Amino acid sequence: MDSPLFITLKTSFAATVITFFLGIFFAYAVINLKRFKGLADAVLTLPMILPPTVVGFFLLLIFGKRGVVGKFLLQFDVSLVFTWQAAVISAVVVSLPLMYRTTRGAFEQLDRNIIDAARTLGVSESKIFWRIMLPNARFGILAGTILTFTRATGEFGATMMFAGNIPGQTQTMSTAIYAAVQANDYDLAFLYTILLVSCSIIFIIFISSAKLIAGK
Amino acid sequence: MNLDVRIKKILRDFTLNVEFSVRDEVFAFLGASGAGKSMTLKIIAGIETPDEGRIILNGRTLFDSAKKINLPPQARRVGYLFQNCALFPNMTVAENISFAASGTASEKILKLKKNLSRFKLEGLENSYPHELSGGQVQRVALARILASHAQLLLLDEPFSALDSHLKWQLELELAEVFKIYGVTILVSHDRDEVFRLADKVAVINVGKIEAFGSKHEIFRQPPTVAAALLTGCQNISAAKKIADDKIFAEDWQLTLTVKKIPDDLKFIGIRACDLKQTSAAGENIFLLKVSRVIEDTNSFIVLFENHIHAEVDKSLNSTFPIPNSSLYICLPADKIILLRG
Repeated sequence: MDSPLFITLKTSFAATVITFFLGIFFAYAVINLKRFKGLADAVLTLPMILPPTVVGFFLLLIFGKRGVVGKFLLQFDVSLVFTWQAAVISAVVVSLPLMYRTTRGAFEQLDRNIIDAARTLGVSESKIFWRIMLPNARFGILAGTILTFTRATGEFGATMMFAGNIPGQTQTMSTAIYAAVQANDYDLAFLYTILLVSCSIIFIIFISSAKLIAGK
Repeated sequence: MNLDVRIKKILRDFTLNVEFSVRDEVFAFLGASGAGKSMTLKIIAGIETPDEGRIILNGRTLFDSAKKINLPPQARRVGYLFQNCALFPNMTVAENISFAASGTASEKILKLKKNLSRFKLEGLENSYPHELSGGQVQRVALARILASHAQLLLLDEPFSALDSHLKWQLELELAEVFKIYGVTILVSHDRDEVFRLADKVAVINVGKIEAFGSKHEIFRQPPTVAAALLTGCQNISAAKKIADDKIFAEDWQLTLTVKKIPDDLKFIGIRACDLKQTSAAGENIFLLKVSRVIEDTNSFIVLFENHIHAEVDKSLNSTFPIPNSSLYICLPADKIILLRG
């Protein structure tokens, strides 16, 4: 049986890795859109605006037995509802807007002339992305990653709805604190709270030192 | 080496509509800021797309709206020196130069060495752009273009960010770079810079080429008010032809005698340095009252009450003109610029 701390770390790290790539991908894709830019932006930002329980409810509908994705996965005997993977999906969906928006902002703040100069010099678009855009947007990407991780560790509403609160399987620190308070076990709630706060502080220190090294 | 350009693009404030050809020469666009100079360069480089037109470089069609050809900037082989140089901030000087260099690895090393020495950048290979001075940044940007496969060089206000003493040094170096490229296009609002560097000049005003020709021709006889102003003629007056050889300059309140006056004359101009002080009255000589005198580095700028101003060389005139005094000033007929609009 896994402890809430382990489940929280496992889901947050998995979610952060997925969101990191998805966020950068969507940020790059949206700035290069010629049409429907506003629509794409609205769809990607929506999970940040909606109440997390509503996001969780939508995820239940999509991944449930009658949902579009749920039905498809059932053919392979896979059901995601109330699993730790569902907790990862919830965390990804709610943290993606943060990663996407921060990265997009960092891309848009790059000096356009630098990218145009690379183009006139004959540098391919993919090389421009990997060698110029990513390295010069690294602080924004780092900031997005920090926000993503903190949002993922604190994720509660959507996780409750979609992954449930099954001790040892899907119970994260946030949901465990809620359960402990419900059971009037304030000592346990306090312990988890301290653990969660410590986790966040350690992560921030780790990221800031990485930022110092990256920034030289 | 030749370049043929005919482009049209509707912009927010005006329509850019330019057509010109350049053959083995340094060609300069002289225009005020926002006249469409930079936009023209960006369209040639492929950074901006025109609404219609055709761009042909050395027989290669870069853009043709009728044939639906629009090469990406990567395939155009047009080197563009940006106003701010746009070095890659995450790369060292050596990496900036080699990053887009064409050829095999050993050719790239050779090109790097050649360009480092050509632009006196030895010892700075491992520096980052933020550690360089303005002049060094500019030289790295030029070296980077020379190491690429560019066939044409476009310079967008190359000296605007430099101190005047650095400007001079870079200008000398640029003149050398121009010899490598058959065709170079320079964009500037600085008439002296244009005169020193270019062979041919086009004056561009609100999206249109108003004057086009050799620099001597354009600077001697600018055809329009905008061209006159941009080539440094600051005295401009609305004018009317009142007789076969007489013009009345409305803003100056003077009647001038000039030969071969076109009927549709609207303005006349004269350069401040072409006004001469004389001792007695005569043709085109007027007694003008001095309203202000400004001492410049090498000359006195004398403002008269009728809004004309003259530039008097300090070495020729040891006496300082006194405000409120009156001077005999000659506007030589051969120096008067006749403008149709």
